[in-house]
Amino acid sequence: MSTPVLDVRGLAHAYPDGHQALYGVDLHVHAGERVALLGPNGAGKTTLVLHLNGILTAGAGSVAVSGLPVTKANLQEIRRRVGIVFQDPDDQLFMPRVRDDVAFGPANLGLRGAALDRRVLEALEQVGMAAYADRPPHHLSFGQRRRVAVATVLAMEPEILVLDEPSSNLDPASRRELAEILESLDVTVLMVTHDLPYALQLCERSVILSDGVVAADAPTRELLSDAALMAAHRLELPYGFDPSHT
Amino acid sequence: MSVGHRLLAPGDSPVHRCPAHLKVLGLLGFMLLVVATPAAWYPAYGGYLLVLAVVIGVARVPPLHLLRRMVVEVPFVVFAIVLPFVAHGEQVEVLGLMVSQPGLVAAGTLLAKATLGVLAGLTLAATTEPHDLLVGLERLRLPSMLVQIMSFMVRYLDVVTDDLRRQHIALSSRGFTARNPRHWPVLARSIGALFIRSFERGERIHLAMLSRGWSGKMPRGMSSEMSNR
Ligand SMILES: Nc1ncnc2c1ncn2[C@@H]1O[C@H](COP(=O)(O)OP(=O)(O)OP(=O)(O)O)[C@@H](O)[C@H]1O
Ligand SMILES: [Mg+2]
Repeated sequence: MSTPVLDVRGLAHAYPDGHQALYGVDLHVHAGERVALLGPNGAGKTTLVLHLNGILTAGAGSVAVSGLPVTKANLQEIRRRVGIVFQDPDDQLFMPRVRDDVAFGPANLGLRGAALDRRVLEALEQVGMAAYADRPPHHLSFGQRRRVAVATVLAMEPEILVLDEPSSNLDPASRRELAEILESLDVTVLMVTHDLPYALQLCERSVILSDGVVAADAPTRELLSDAALMAAHRLELPYGFDPSHT
Repeated sequence: MSVGHRLLAPGDSPVHRCPAHLKVLGLLGFMLLVVATPAAWYPAYGGYLLVLAVVIGVARVPPLHLLRRMVVEVPFVVFAIVLPFVAHGEQVEVLGLMVSQPGLVAAGTLLAKATLGVLAGLTLAATTEPHDLLVGLERLRLPSMLVQIMSFMVRYLDVVTDDLRRQHIALSSRGFTARNPRHWPVLARSIGALFIRSFERGERIHLAMLSRGWSGKMPRGMSSEMSNR
């Protein structure tokens, strides 16, 4: 089998205050896959995500991206390969104009001039926000800001797109539009979500993280249909939703 | 609406169209002149006010817009009122009160200078988009670090004021109104919470910047200047 885009082995992490959030996580994601990362509040999902581009460093175990280990020396290249969209777009959009924000990442990678402009426009077009390039991000609606946040990361042409709760706080139409955008992208995706129908719609495979370990890793439909497994990890389907009939 | 935009009185006058860096220089020159004018040269102050009035007139900024925003001057006014009572020197009688003569002159001068300064600053803010102002400062070769810090401020002032407003609403919804000093501990704690929230947001922004390959300085050719080419 080819080298996985994401190769996490035995990853453990304790926060400085002594709280152990991850106890040996193993996770592989291959090129072209879309994988959902499910789990209850406090399971360690965000902690895991922050290891994928070296924001947090592993207490034990290792993370590699397309074969390149996440270490201090490789950080710049790792951060180009792994694009993280954070949960709150206000944390991600900090420049005075949308286009500056989208340009920030590629400019850090050394892109300049016309090539930079082209990259910015392409990324904004991918999320349908090209018309907003000159607007200040804080004047956009929440759904638009989320889309621009995705564009800021796409502009770096990452090998894997990691999204932390992409559908949270979106109205149903924005949620659907974002799903269409994600489906149209030709990129490997790891998506942290509490929105189980969203996981089913977008990701063929799901991983359940619970109490800092991987508790299950299977096709999404299969996972969501396993009532005992779901209940054991505080996962609940929305009222009236039947995964076997969608 | 954003804080910077609340100061703005949009329009299309020559003053609005004038490049931001020229306006900043103009303001700076005006301020220096006002500050350097000796106390009690009242005709000069009258002249300055006239100049400002002309600029405001040309810019067609509604006077009420400026007046309402002049509340920032209140601390100076309070200080100016106190000054004649606490200053030393020859005493004179005004309206049956004994006040210090040098104190009175100092208060008058302070009030005149503060009013001119505040009015001039507000006029700049009323006729210039916050973003253009930053670009202007950059063109004046202000260190880019300072411009970056200011642009972050412009960007996140709104987020923080929103936080503050939500917090206020949450407190009032639970029946809290700060009426007397016994309530101050609650206010202090909520301000503390706001501070921590803002601090943690700062950390998250930093993480988001690192995640996009930031290495400690803004990439060149990437300043606010670029969107204005
Ligand atoms: N900075 C921190 N310091 C100490 N403990 C932390 C810190 N951040 C998170 N934790 C703890 O680590 C555990 C995992 O947190 P994490 O944020 O990864 O959970 P999560 O799966 O993302 O949850 P959610 O679904 O609520 O976002 C939690 O118990 C949390 O309290
Ligand atoms: Mg989380």
